[in-house]
Amino acid sequence: MTETMEKPTEADIWHWLDAVPDPEIPVISIVDLGIVRDVAWEGDTLAVSVTPTYSGCPATSIIAMDIETALRDQGIERIEIRTQIAPAWTTDWLTDKGRAEMEKFGIAPPSPAAGPERCPHCGGTHLEKLSQFGSTPCKAQWRCKDCLEPFDYFKCI
Amino acid sequence: MVRDDFLFEYLLRLGDNTLILGHRVSEWCGHAPVLEEDIALANTALDMIGQTQMWLGLAAEVEGKGRNADALAFTRDVWDFRNLLLVEMPNGDFGQTLMRQFLFDAFHSILLGRLMTSSDTRIAGIAAKASKEVSYHLERSAETVVGLGDGTEQSHERMQAALDYLWPYVGEAFIGDTVDAEMVAAGIAPDPASLRAEFDEIVTRVFAEATLKLPESRFAHKGGKTGNFHTEHLGHLISTLQWLQRAYPGCTW
Repeated sequence: MTETMEKPTEADIWHWLDAVPDPEIPVISIVDLGIVRDVAWEGDTLAVSVTPTYSGCPATSIIAMDIETALRDQGIERIEIRTQIAPAWTTDWLTDKGRAEMEKFGIAPPSPAAGPERCPHCGGTHLEKLSQFGSTPCKAQWRCKDCLEPFDYFKCI
Repeated sequence: MVRDDFLFEYLLRLGDNTLILGHRVSEWCGHAPVLEEDIALANTALDMIGQTQMWLGLAAEVEGKGRNADALAFTRDVWDFRNLLLVEMPNGDFGQTLMRQFLFDAFHSILLGRLMTSSDTRIAGIAAKASKEVSYHLERSAETVVGLGDGTEQSHERMQAALDYLWPYVGEAFIGDTVDAEMVAAGIAPDPASLRAEFDEIVTRVFAEATLKLPESRFAHKGGKTGNFHTEHLGHLISTLQWLQRAYPGCTW
Protein backbone atom coordinates (compact mmCIF):
# COMPACT_ATOMS: atom_id res chain seq x y z
CA MET A 1 0.00 0.00 0.00
CA THR A 2 1.43 3.41 -0.87
CA GLU A 3 1.64 6.25 1.64
CA THR A 4 -1.09 8.23 -0.07
CA MET A 5 -3.59 5.38 -0.28
CA GLU A 6 -6.43 5.44 2.24
CA LYS A 7 -6.75 2.45 4.51
CA PRO A 8 -9.89 0.46 3.74
CA THR A 9 -12.44 0.72 6.55
CA GLU A 10 -13.22 -2.22 8.76
CA ALA A 11 -16.70 -2.37 7.19
CA ASP A 12 -15.08 -2.83 3.75
CA ILE A 13 -12.93 -5.60 5.12
CA TRP A 14 -15.89 -7.44 6.65
CA HIS A 15 -17.63 -7.12 3.30
CA TRP A 16 -14.66 -8.64 1.45
CA LEU A 17 -14.33 -11.44 3.97
CA ASP A 18 -18.01 -12.22 3.49
CA ALA A 19 -17.09 -13.20 -0.08
CA VAL A 20 -14.57 -15.84 1.09
CA PRO A 21 -16.30 -19.25 0.99
CA ASP A 22 -15.84 -21.91 3.61
CA PRO A 23 -13.63 -24.53 1.88
CA GLU A 24 -15.78 -27.48 3.02
CA ILE A 25 -19.23 -25.91 2.63
CA PRO A 26 -18.62 -23.41 -0.18
CA VAL A 27 -22.21 -22.07 -0.19
CA ILE A 28 -21.59 -20.19 3.05
CA SER A 29 -18.93 -17.61 3.77
CA ILE A 30 -16.44 -17.67 6.61
CA VAL A 31 -18.28 -14.65 8.07
CA ASP A 32 -21.60 -16.58 7.95
CA LEU A 33 -19.86 -19.45 9.72
CA GLY A 34 -19.00 -17.05 12.55
CA ILE A 35 -15.30 -17.88 12.65
CA VAL A 36 -14.00 -14.37 11.89
CA ARG A 37 -14.06 -12.83 15.36
CA ASP A 38 -12.31 -9.50 14.89
CA VAL A 39 -10.80 -7.23 12.28
CA ALA A 40 -8.62 -4.31 13.39
CA TRP A 41 -5.90 -2.05 12.06
CA GLU A 42 -2.78 -1.97 14.18
CA GLY A 43 -0.71 0.73 12.47
CA ASP A 44 -0.11 -0.51 8.92
CA THR A 45 -0.95 -4.09 9.81
CA LEU A 46 -4.41 -5.57 9.55
CA ALA A 47 -5.05 -8.10 12.31
CA VAL A 48 -7.73 -10.71 11.64
CA SER A 49 -8.74 -13.05 14.48
CA VAL A 50 -10.07 -16.43 13.45
CA THR A 51 -11.58 -19.10 15.71
CA PRO A 52 -11.33 -22.74 14.58
CA THR A 53 -14.59 -24.71 14.44
CA TYR A 54 -13.15 -28.02 15.65
CA SER A 55 -9.62 -28.14 17.04
CA GLY A 56 -8.51 -30.77 14.54
CA CYS A 57 -10.31 -29.25 11.56
CA PRO A 58 -7.90 -29.55 8.60
CA ALA A 59 -9.65 -26.63 6.85
CA THR A 60 -8.25 -24.13 9.39
CA SER A 61 -4.97 -23.55 7.56
CA ILE A 62 -6.72 -23.35 4.16
CA ILE A 63 -9.08 -20.71 5.59
CA ALA A 64 -6.14 -18.62 6.81
CA MET A 65 -4.58 -18.83 3.34
CA ASP A 66 -7.89 -17.89 1.65
CA ILE A 67 -8.29 -14.85 3.93
CA GLU A 68 -4.79 -13.68 3.14
CA THR A 69 -5.29 -14.11 -0.60
CA ALA A 70 -8.63 -12.25 -0.56
CA LEU A 71 -7.19 -9.30 1.35
CA ARG A 72 -4.02 -9.12 -0.75
CA ASP A 73 -6.20 -8.97 -3.85
CA GLN A 74 -7.70 -5.79 -2.35
CA GLY A 75 -4.23 -4.29 -2.00
CA ILE A 76 -3.63 -4.91 1.69
CA GLU A 77 -0.03 -5.93 2.20
CA ARG A 78 0.49 -6.42 5.88
CA ILE A 79 -1.88 -9.01 7.27
CA GLU A 80 -1.62 -10.90 10.49
CA ILE A 81 -3.96 -13.82 11.04
CA ARG A 82 -4.37 -14.82 14.66
CA THR A 83 -5.93 -18.00 15.96
CA GLN A 84 -8.24 -17.23 18.83
CA ILE A 85 -9.21 -20.25 20.93
CA ALA A 86 -11.32 -18.59 23.64
CA PRO A 87 -14.24 -18.11 23.73
CA ALA A 88 -14.71 -21.42 21.95
CA TRP A 89 -16.60 -21.35 18.64
CA THR A 90 -20.27 -22.20 18.90
CA THR A 91 -22.86 -22.92 16.23
CA ASP A 92 -24.87 -20.03 17.74
CA TRP A 93 -22.52 -17.76 15.77
CA LEU A 94 -23.82 -19.00 12.41
CA THR A 95 -25.74 -16.19 10.76
CA ASP A 96 -29.37 -16.63 9.65
CA LYS A 97 -28.22 -16.15 6.06
CA GLY A 98 -25.65 -18.91 6.58
CA ARG A 99 -28.22 -21.28 8.06
CA ALA A 100 -30.63 -20.72 5.17
CA GLU A 101 -27.90 -21.25 2.52
CA MET A 102 -26.73 -24.37 4.28
CA GLU A 103 -30.20 -25.91 4.26
CA LYS A 104 -30.67 -25.06 0.58
CA PHE A 105 -27.36 -26.87 -0.10
CA GLY A 106 -28.73 -30.05 1.58
CA ILE A 107 -27.15 -29.78 5.03
CA ALA A 108 -29.55 -29.52 7.97
CA PRO A 109 -28.48 -26.54 10.13
CA PRO A 110 -27.70 -27.06 13.84
CA SER A 111 -30.62 -27.18 16.20
CA PRO A 112 -30.60 -27.06 20.00
CA ALA A 113 -32.90 -30.10 20.00
CA ALA A 114 -29.76 -32.27 19.52
CA GLY A 115 -30.88 -33.31 16.06
CA PRO A 116 -32.11 -31.75 12.81
CA GLU A 117 -35.56 -30.12 12.75
CA ARG A 118 -36.46 -31.36 9.29
CA CYS A 119 -35.06 -33.06 6.21
CA PRO A 120 -33.23 -30.48 4.07
CA HIS A 121 -34.49 -32.26 0.93
CA CYS A 122 -38.24 -32.80 1.48
CA GLY A 123 -38.92 -31.07 4.78
CA GLY A 124 -40.00 -34.38 6.35
CA THR A 125 -39.80 -34.74 10.12
CA HIS A 126 -39.46 -38.53 10.48
CA LEU A 127 -35.70 -38.68 10.88
CA GLU A 128 -33.13 -41.13 12.19
CA LYS A 129 -29.47 -40.80 13.10
CA LEU A 130 -27.07 -43.02 11.14
CA SER A 131 -23.83 -41.94 12.77
CA GLN A 132 -22.53 -39.39 15.24
CA PHE A 133 -19.89 -38.35 12.69
CA GLY A 134 -20.15 -37.40 9.03
CA SER A 135 -17.93 -36.30 6.17
CA THR A 136 -16.26 -33.60 8.32
CA PRO A 137 -15.81 -33.30 12.12
CA CYS A 138 -18.63 -30.72 12.28
CA LYS A 139 -21.30 -32.97 10.74
CA ALA A 140 -23.30 -36.09 11.61
CA GLN A 141 -25.10 -38.46 9.23
CA TRP A 142 -28.89 -38.66 9.34
CA ARG A 143 -31.59 -40.15 7.13
CA CYS A 144 -35.10 -39.00 6.31
CA LYS A 145 -37.68 -41.78 6.64
CA ASP A 146 -40.15 -39.83 4.48
CA CYS A 147 -38.05 -39.42 1.32
CA LEU A 148 -35.47 -42.10 2.34
CA GLU A 149 -32.57 -39.77 1.47
CA PRO A 150 -29.52 -39.58 3.73
CA PHE A 151 -28.27 -36.11 4.59
CA ASP A 152 -25.61 -34.29 6.60
CA TYR A 153 -26.56 -32.55 9.84
CA PHE A 154 -24.35 -29.72 11.09
CA LYS A 155 -23.85 -30.61 14.77
CA CYS A 156 -24.77 -28.13 17.45
CA ILE A 157 -21.82 -27.28 19.68
CA MET B 1 3.07 -18.82 40.99
CA VAL B 2 3.62 -22.37 39.94
CA ARG B 3 7.05 -23.36 38.69
CA ASP B 4 7.26 -23.63 34.91
CA ASP B 5 8.84 -27.08 35.01
CA PHE B 6 5.84 -28.46 36.91
CA LEU B 7 3.40 -26.77 34.55
CA PHE B 8 5.34 -28.10 31.54
CA GLU B 9 5.15 -31.61 32.99
CA TYR B 10 1.38 -31.28 33.59
CA LEU B 11 0.74 -30.01 30.05
CA LEU B 12 2.74 -32.91 28.59
CA ARG B 13 0.40 -35.29 30.40
CA LEU B 14 -2.65 -33.66 28.83
CA GLY B 15 -1.11 -33.46 25.35
CA ASP B 16 0.45 -36.93 25.39
CA ASN B 17 -2.86 -38.55 26.35
CA THR B 18 -4.57 -37.09 23.29
CA LEU B 19 -1.54 -37.61 21.02
CA ILE B 20 -1.10 -41.29 21.83
CA LEU B 21 -4.81 -42.13 21.83
CA GLY B 22 -5.33 -40.02 18.69
CA HIS B 23 -2.60 -42.02 16.96
CA ARG B 24 -3.96 -45.35 18.20
CA VAL B 25 -7.45 -44.55 16.94
CA SER B 26 -6.07 -43.35 13.59
CA GLU B 27 -4.60 -46.85 13.10
CA TRP B 28 -8.19 -47.91 12.29
CA CYS B 29 -8.43 -45.58 9.30
CA GLY B 30 -9.51 -47.75 6.37
CA HIS B 31 -9.94 -50.87 8.54
CA ALA B 32 -13.15 -50.33 10.53
CA PRO B 33 -16.00 -52.84 10.19
CA VAL B 34 -18.32 -50.40 8.37
CA LEU B 35 -17.84 -47.06 6.62
CA GLU B 36 -19.72 -45.00 9.23
CA GLU B 37 -17.52 -46.35 12.01
CA ASP B 38 -14.39 -45.76 9.97
CA ILE B 39 -15.38 -42.11 9.52
CA ALA B 40 -16.33 -41.76 13.18
CA LEU B 41 -12.99 -43.19 14.33
CA ALA B 42 -11.03 -40.94 11.97
CA ASN B 43 -12.98 -37.88 13.17
CA THR B 44 -12.42 -38.76 16.82
CA ALA B 45 -8.69 -39.19 16.14
CA LEU B 46 -8.63 -35.86 14.33
CA ASP B 47 -10.25 -34.05 17.27
CA MET B 48 -7.67 -35.54 19.63
CA ILE B 49 -4.73 -34.60 17.40
CA GLY B 50 -6.15 -31.06 17.23
CA GLN B 51 -6.33 -30.94 21.02
CA THR B 52 -2.75 -32.23 21.15
CA GLN B 53 -1.63 -29.30 19.03
CA MET B 54 -3.07 -26.88 21.60
CA TRP B 55 -1.77 -28.69 24.70
CA LEU B 56 1.72 -29.41 23.36
CA GLY B 57 1.85 -25.93 21.78
CA LEU B 58 1.25 -24.41 25.20
CA ALA B 59 3.70 -26.86 26.81
CA ALA B 60 6.42 -25.74 24.38
CA GLU B 61 5.63 -22.08 25.09
CA VAL B 62 5.85 -22.66 28.85
CA GLU B 63 9.10 -24.59 28.44
CA GLY B 64 10.59 -21.62 26.57
CA LYS B 65 13.37 -23.54 24.85
CA GLY B 66 12.32 -22.79 21.29
CA ARG B 67 10.55 -26.11 20.75
CA ASN B 68 7.03 -26.32 19.32
CA ALA B 69 4.21 -28.89 19.40
CA ASP B 70 5.73 -30.81 16.47
CA ALA B 71 9.16 -31.00 18.09
CA LEU B 72 7.58 -32.36 21.27
CA ALA B 73 5.48 -34.92 19.40
CA PHE B 74 8.10 -36.11 16.93
CA THR B 75 11.49 -35.87 18.62
CA ARG B 76 11.03 -36.96 22.23
CA ASP B 77 12.06 -40.49 23.13
CA VAL B 78 9.68 -42.99 24.64
CA TRP B 79 10.76 -42.37 28.27
CA ASP B 80 9.86 -38.69 27.89
CA PHE B 81 6.18 -39.44 27.22
CA ARG B 82 3.72 -38.72 30.03
CA ASN B 83 0.50 -40.36 28.82
CA LEU B 84 -1.62 -42.74 30.87
CA LEU B 85 -0.89 -46.43 30.23
CA LEU B 86 -4.55 -46.90 29.22
CA VAL B 87 -4.19 -44.89 26.00
CA GLU B 88 -1.12 -46.79 24.77
CA MET B 89 -2.82 -50.19 25.05
CA PRO B 90 -3.24 -51.92 21.68
CA ASN B 91 -6.44 -51.55 19.67
CA GLY B 92 -7.35 -55.25 19.84
CA ASP B 93 -10.72 -55.78 18.16
CA PHE B 94 -13.24 -53.02 17.49
CA GLY B 95 -14.90 -53.67 20.86
CA GLN B 96 -11.64 -53.28 22.77
CA THR B 97 -10.92 -50.01 20.95
CA LEU B 98 -14.34 -48.61 21.86
CA MET B 99 -14.09 -49.87 25.46
CA ARG B 100 -10.74 -48.09 25.83
CA GLN B 101 -12.28 -44.99 24.25
CA PHE B 102 -15.24 -45.05 26.63
CA LEU B 103 -13.03 -45.43 29.72
CA PHE B 104 -10.83 -42.55 28.57
CA ASP B 105 -13.72 -40.33 27.40
CA ALA B 106 -15.47 -40.68 30.77
CA PHE B 107 -12.33 -39.59 32.62
CA HIS B 108 -11.41 -36.95 30.02
CA SER B 109 -14.85 -35.29 30.00
CA ILE B 110 -14.83 -34.91 33.80
CA LEU B 111 -11.25 -33.59 33.83
CA LEU B 112 -11.91 -31.04 31.06
CA GLY B 113 -15.04 -29.84 32.82
CA ARG B 114 -12.93 -29.05 35.88
CA LEU B 115 -10.09 -27.51 33.86
CA MET B 116 -12.56 -25.02 32.37
CA THR B 117 -12.36 -23.14 35.67
CA SER B 118 -8.55 -23.32 35.86
CA SER B 119 -6.78 -20.26 37.27
CA ASP B 120 -4.64 -20.36 34.11
CA THR B 121 -6.87 -18.81 31.42
CA ARG B 122 -4.89 -20.48 28.61
CA ILE B 123 -5.69 -23.89 30.07
CA ALA B 124 -9.32 -22.92 30.71
CA GLY B 125 -9.67 -21.81 27.06
CA ILE B 126 -8.29 -25.04 25.60
CA ALA B 127 -10.40 -27.12 28.00
CA ALA B 128 -13.58 -25.26 26.98
CA LYS B 129 -12.83 -25.91 23.31
CA ALA B 130 -11.90 -29.59 23.80
CA SER B 131 -14.80 -30.25 26.16
CA LYS B 132 -17.39 -29.64 23.43
CA GLU B 133 -15.74 -32.25 21.21
CA VAL B 134 -15.26 -34.77 24.00
CA SER B 135 -18.93 -34.69 24.99
CA TYR B 136 -19.67 -36.07 21.47
CA HIS B 137 -16.94 -38.69 21.87
CA LEU B 138 -18.39 -39.86 25.18
CA GLU B 139 -21.93 -40.00 23.81
CA ARG B 140 -20.78 -42.21 20.94
CA SER B 141 -18.41 -44.49 22.87
CA ALA B 142 -21.00 -45.03 25.63
CA GLU B 143 -23.73 -45.86 23.07
CA THR B 144 -21.41 -48.32 21.33
CA VAL B 145 -20.40 -50.01 24.59
CA VAL B 146 -24.11 -50.49 25.38
CA GLY B 147 -24.89 -51.68 21.85
CA LEU B 148 -22.12 -54.29 21.83
CA GLY B 149 -22.30 -55.24 25.52
CA ASP B 150 -26.04 -55.82 25.33
CA GLY B 151 -25.77 -57.26 21.81
CA THR B 152 -25.15 -60.83 20.69
CA GLU B 153 -23.58 -63.50 22.88
CA GLN B 154 -20.30 -63.07 21.02
CA SER B 155 -20.21 -59.26 21.20
CA HIS B 156 -21.09 -59.42 24.90
CA GLU B 157 -18.24 -61.84 25.63
CA ARG B 158 -15.75 -59.72 23.72
CA MET B 159 -16.79 -56.54 25.52
CA GLN B 160 -16.53 -58.22 28.91
CA ALA B 161 -13.06 -59.51 27.96
CA ALA B 162 -12.07 -56.00 26.84
CA LEU B 163 -13.27 -54.51 30.13
CA ASP B 164 -11.46 -57.15 32.20
CA TYR B 165 -8.26 -56.53 30.21
CA LEU B 166 -8.36 -52.72 30.38
CA TRP B 167 -9.71 -52.19 33.89
CA PRO B 168 -6.30 -52.48 35.68
CA TYR B 169 -5.12 -49.52 33.56
CA VAL B 170 -7.94 -47.21 34.68
CA GLY B 171 -6.86 -46.47 38.25
CA GLU B 172 -3.69 -44.61 37.25
CA ALA B 173 -5.76 -41.64 36.06
CA PHE B 174 -6.91 -40.96 39.62
CA ILE B 175 -3.59 -41.26 41.45
CA GLY B 176 -2.00 -37.91 42.24
CA ASP B 177 1.69 -37.07 42.65
CA THR B 178 3.89 -34.01 43.28
CA VAL B 179 3.02 -32.44 39.92
CA ASP B 180 -0.71 -32.77 40.63
CA ALA B 181 -0.25 -31.33 44.12
CA GLU B 182 1.51 -28.26 42.67
CA MET B 183 -1.36 -27.77 40.20
CA VAL B 184 -3.99 -28.09 42.93
CA ALA B 185 -2.14 -25.57 45.14
CA ALA B 186 -2.05 -23.03 42.29
CA GLY B 187 -5.72 -23.59 41.37
CA ILE B 188 -4.66 -24.78 37.91
CA ALA B 189 -6.05 -28.32 37.96
CA PRO B 190 -8.13 -30.60 40.19
CA ASP B 191 -6.84 -33.33 42.47
CA PRO B 192 -7.17 -36.48 40.29
CA ALA B 193 -8.64 -38.44 43.21
CA SER B 194 -11.55 -35.97 43.33
CA LEU B 195 -12.67 -37.09 39.84
CA ARG B 196 -13.18 -40.72 40.81
CA ALA B 197 -16.71 -40.58 42.27
CA GLU B 198 -18.16 -38.97 39.15
CA PHE B 199 -16.25 -41.45 36.95
CA ASP B 200 -17.57 -44.42 38.94
CA GLU B 201 -21.09 -43.06 38.59
CA ILE B 202 -20.80 -42.87 34.77
CA VAL B 203 -19.20 -46.29 34.27
CA THR B 204 -21.57 -48.02 36.73
CA ARG B 205 -24.59 -46.63 34.89
CA VAL B 206 -23.29 -47.47 31.40
CA PHE B 207 -22.05 -50.97 32.29
CA ALA B 208 -25.37 -51.80 33.96
CA GLU B 209 -27.15 -50.85 30.74
CA ALA B 210 -24.55 -52.78 28.72
CA THR B 211 -25.08 -55.90 30.94
CA LEU B 212 -21.33 -55.91 31.67
CA LYS B 213 -19.81 -56.77 35.03
CA LEU B 214 -17.48 -54.20 36.53
CA PRO B 215 -14.35 -55.97 37.85
CA GLU B 216 -14.10 -55.72 41.63
CA SER B 217 -10.33 -55.29 41.91
CA ARG B 218 -9.02 -51.76 42.18
CA PHE B 219 -5.45 -52.87 41.39
CA ALA B 220 -3.86 -50.22 39.15
CA HIS B 221 -0.80 -50.47 36.91
CA LYS B 222 1.02 -47.17 36.97
CA GLY B 223 4.06 -45.39 35.58
CA GLY B 224 2.65 -43.83 32.39
CA LYS B 225 1.88 -40.30 33.55
CA THR B 226 5.12 -40.07 35.54
CA GLY B 227 7.09 -41.66 32.69
CA ASN B 228 8.67 -44.14 35.10
CA PHE B 229 7.39 -47.27 33.44
CA HIS B 230 5.55 -47.44 30.12
CA THR B 231 4.35 -50.72 28.61
CA GLU B 232 6.20 -52.37 25.73
CA HIS B 233 3.43 -51.15 23.40
CA LEU B 234 4.38 -47.47 23.47
CA GLY B 235 7.79 -47.83 21.79
CA HIS B 236 6.26 -49.61 18.80
CA LEU B 237 3.60 -46.93 18.43
CA ILE B 238 6.19 -44.15 18.61
CA SER B 239 8.45 -45.78 16.04
CA THR B 240 5.57 -45.48 13.55
CA LEU B 241 4.48 -42.02 14.73
CA GLN B 242 7.98 -40.55 14.52
CA TRP B 243 9.34 -42.51 11.57
CA LEU B 244 9.43 -39.63 9.08
CA GLN B 245 11.14 -37.11 11.39
CA ARG B 246 13.64 -39.73 12.52
CA ALA B 247 14.50 -40.84 8.97
CA TYR B 248 14.53 -37.29 7.56
CA PRO B 249 15.20 -34.92 10.48
CA GLY B 250 13.58 -31.50 10.09
CA CYS B 251 11.72 -32.53 6.93
CA THR B 252 8.82 -30.20 6.05
CA TRP B 253 6.42 -29.99 3.13
